[in-house]
Amino acid sequence: MTWGLVSNWILPGLWITVQVALFSALIALVVSFVIGTLRTSELWIVRFLSGAYFEIFRGASALVVIFWFAFAFPLLFGWQLVPLWAGALALGLTYGAYGSEIVRGSLAAVPEAQREAGIALSFTRLQRLRRIEIPQAWPEMVPPFNNLAIELLKGTALVSVIAVADLAFAGNVIRLSTNESAPVYTLLLVIYFVLAFGVTRGMRAVERHAKRGVGRLPERKPLFSRTAAATANGSTTDGGAR
Amino acid sequence: MNTPNDTPAGAAGEAGSTGGRSPGEDLITFTDVTKRFGDNVVLDDLCFGVEANKHVTLIGPSGSGKTTILRLLMTLAKPDEGTIEVDGEYLTHERKNGKLVPAGEAHNRAVRKKIGMVFQQFNLFPNMRVLRNVTEAPVHVLGMEKDEAEERARGLIELVGLTEHLDKYPTQLSGGQQQRVAIARALAMRPKVLLLDEVTSALDPELVAGVLDVLRDIARSTDITMVCVTHEMSFARDISQKVLMFDQGKIVESGSPDKIFNDPDHERTREFLSSVH
Repeated sequence: MTWGLVSNWILPGLWITVQVALFSALIALVVSFVIGTLRTSELWIVRFLSGAYFEIFRGASALVVIFWFAFAFPLLFGWQLVPLWAGALALGLTYGAYGSEIVRGSLAAVPEAQREAGIALSFTRLQRLRRIEIPQAWPEMVPPFNNLAIELLKGTALVSVIAVADLAFAGNVIRLSTNESAPVYTLLLVIYFVLAFGVTRGMRAVERHAKRGVGRLPERKPLFSRTAAATANGSTTDGGAR
Repeated sequence: MNTPNDTPAGAAGEAGSTGGRSPGEDLITFTDVTKRFGDNVVLDDLCFGVEANKHVTLIGPSGSGKTTILRLLMTLAKPDEGTIEVDGEYLTHERKNGKLVPAGEAHNRAVRKKIGMVFQQFNLFPNMRVLRNVTEAPVHVLGMEKDEAEERARGLIELVGLTEHLDKYPTQLSGGQQQRVAIARALAMRPKVLLLDEVTSALDPELVAGVLDVLRDIARSTDITMVCVTHEMSFARDISQKVLMFDQGKIVESGSPDKIFNDPDHERTREFLSSVH
């Protein structure tokens, strides 16, 4: 394997993989929230339709959905998607179905009392979701979303089957031209691992930020905090915090 | 303790208004209200009224339907039979072509704005700091300017003695402090009716007095109609003009606190009062 192969195939492939991952993650995130909240609707027809979406895409093979968007979609609608977008759309819709279950479950875990407090203050259902329920459910969603994001990142390798020149596609090209399977695929393993590890570190930061937003982690203090001053006049009005 | 017993009444004085309803008229009317949970009849053909500007306390053993009355008033539950009126409008029903039909969400939300509730478990929003807990509904439900809402919220938070905790999250406060924020949050909506659902039951004993002091202050300095469920009999005696004794979904007797606590007519009331003292 030469530097030429790496710079001509692996690096552009890496960039394509990152793009597919970002675009499909964005689509999946939107789908997760839309379908996930619709599945908590009070109207049965809304619950039924969003539930149907969830079941269909959960039950469909991501690989087949990719083929469908690449080859069946143009025949049915007379409109050809760029392969990269066909892949990103297929992955986003599929992984979004899994994500909707994360959103639905986390919303269901918000205490009923919070819903009632929102009603008592005359918030609309949409306001309760946006201002009360989703912000409280969000910290619970981050760890499972991390899992899903990594699954999705590795799933992007599937788009190589519709001739999107991503990392996996590049690996295949190099293997065919050099017959050096071992170094090529070892390199790919390492690259995917590094990417996934980066995602995890990023999601950890997101999680910490989310928990701080609901008062569940100590707030970030300046390097030299005013602890002494705070203790001096920080006596609480009715017997101290529990 | 720095509970502001001597706070100027201004901050709370603007919180409630009777909307032109003359004193003596009923602000809340229950007519033949029945509520069941399965086979269990929680409220049995209940009729009663609460006059505007009065403070009414509901007492009775647990399971006698007191909290259900508050939940019906807050439209957190719907009556199986009968109607409830608040300030001349039906709850969970509306008039269409002269007929009473189950109300849509828009109607319910309009009536709800007249009613505020303080819960046993406080139910503050943990994702908002104290100030925003109090301003969120005035800004987004009443459409108040943010500056105005914050100014009023600061006044109310001062009234409940928590000015130095404005920027904390609810989890950083004690139960008593959280409950006082919850009181400020309910008052910020300028309700005509304030529902208090066993507001001290979840508190450590030493925190109860602070919360009750705040409520006594509000009862004295505002004209908000209060419906209160409590096991704090001395508090009930202090603030209420009328006490209703409940048992098994019915009113056993009602009267002035003096009458009910000192000289009740019914054996059941005497029994209950001796069990809580």
